[in-house]
Amino acid sequence: MSVTNEMIPPRPAPAVLHRPLTTAKVVGIGVLILWALLAMALVSMVIEGWDPAKFERYGPRYLNGLWTTISLVGISIVLGAVLSLPIAFARMSKNRALNAVAYAYVYVFRSTPLLAQLFLIYYGLGSFRPQLESVGLWWFFREAWYCGLFSLTLNTAAYQAEILRGAIQSVPVGQHEGAAALGISKRVAFWKIILPQALIVALRPYGNEIILMIKGSAVVAIVTVYDLMGETRYAFSRTFDYQTYLWAAIFYLTMVEALRHLWNFIERRLTRHLVR
Amino acid sequence: MSGWLSALFNTLDPFCGPAGIFTWFGGTGLVSCGDSGWGDEIAFGVKVTISLALATLPVGLLIGFLIALAAQSQEKLLRLAAGIYTTIFRGLPELLTLFIVYYGAQMLIQSVLAFFGYDGRVEINAFVAGMVALAVVFSSYSSEVLLSAFRAIPRGQYEAGDALGLRRGKTMLLIVLPQLIRIALPGLTNLWLILLKDTSYVSVIGLADIVRQTGVAARVSKEAFFFYFLACLLYLILAMISSYGLGFIERWAKRSEVSR
Repeated sequence: MSVTNEMIPPRPAPAVLHRPLTTAKVVGIGVLILWALLAMALVSMVIEGWDPAKFERYGPRYLNGLWTTISLVGISIVLGAVLSLPIAFARMSKNRALNAVAYAYVYVFRSTPLLAQLFLIYYGLGSFRPQLESVGLWWFFREAWYCGLFSLTLNTAAYQAEILRGAIQSVPVGQHEGAAALGISKRVAFWKIILPQALIVALRPYGNEIILMIKGSAVVAIVTVYDLMGETRYAFSRTFDYQTYLWAAIFYLTMVEALRHLWNFIERRLTRHLVR
Repeated sequence: MSGWLSALFNTLDPFCGPAGIFTWFGGTGLVSCGDSGWGDEIAFGVKVTISLALATLPVGLLIGFLIALAAQSQEKLLRLAAGIYTTIFRGLPELLTLFIVYYGAQMLIQSVLAFFGYDGRVEINAFVAGMVALAVVFSSYSSEVLLSAFRAIPRGQYEAGDALGLRRGKTMLLIVLPQLIRIALPGLTNLWLILLKDTSYVSVIGLADIVRQTGVAARVSKEAFFFYFLACLLYLILAMISSYGLGFIERWAKRSEVSR
């Protein structure tokens, strides 16, 4: 049996482990220097190649292109959201046929490239001109802008339907049962109880989808829509100035980053009640 | 040997071989093989698409792994450097990244060569440019997937490696990596399907992939709907085949888990 007779005398704190240079630090500094060099090269390129005439000529065109991109993405997201509702419900329905049709739609649009879909709609449907004229739809399929909007809408509807379905199914069954126990009708329960909870779950995927659409909408430039990418290609084909692409990159990055921060803010705000 | 191999590949060619769909169903029409139809050209496009995606995958995975390692390191500067990379390349449209790489690399090589006194026009290979651009995009997405997989592996695993006296590299290779693959596989499966679709962008810089070849066929034959529909169908089939194959890999990766 041991008895402690004296306390351990107080000792100084252990010395701080001082690591002057680790491999990670060296690599980190090296890569950061590389980034800084690249940024400086780009900035010097912009300053050296600065040409007021070009700015005056292509600046407004860029802003126009920016507006085209934003409106294209905005409209197609809204239309896609409207279209995604019935698809999501068909996907959740017990009717086998309806389910299969919705699944096929989602599968096809999610596993083929947007570029191929766009070509199919613009060039492919465009080759049925007489038939389209007789139905009176030629004005729609003649315009590259409408075709771009149409294909973006169909594409995003497939993705949004899956987001919506996942979110609705993530709401626990107890919520449905609770609503039923209170005698709330199915319709009211859906709009007032299920959907608000589902949309909080869906918020983050929706933000990602909008960002993907902003990036994906660049393909409409290939079918001669003058969106941000289209204007960039136009300016590059006229000037052969590499800066044109850098400006487009700055615009796209700003848009995406702004949206990302906005979305973080919205999410924090809407999930206040969930924070403990 | 090589003759024997090429003969084997010709026999197994799913498009224009003896048992190919275009040989059987193309007839003498638009998608027949040979000079009269577009079957062999489109088959070539499919090969280009598949080989581009397959060539991009290891490069993108490797860069993505390194970025993920950097992003979870304790060194602040390294994390910052990795953060800049992923922010830039996840924010740019793939098409723009492709143009920036394609024209930028051309200019860069040209200016370097001019520095050494060579004034010629340099044109870089569209395949390589496409591969680099897609690998950059793929790596910035895969780094996020791998990072979250890294975070799902408890610290105890590293400590167990230390306790067993394994070096850091051995711990990574023998303990962490096998678990990492299993956790990250669903995310990487998604990224592979996205990569397969993103290869269509290289048609814009003139690489003869599915979209490019069907586009040429559509312009010449004036059967745009048929050929672009065929292009969509081919991508759909590629996606189906790869999700079938990836299902096998996923089952293989999960073989150690108890089946319930």
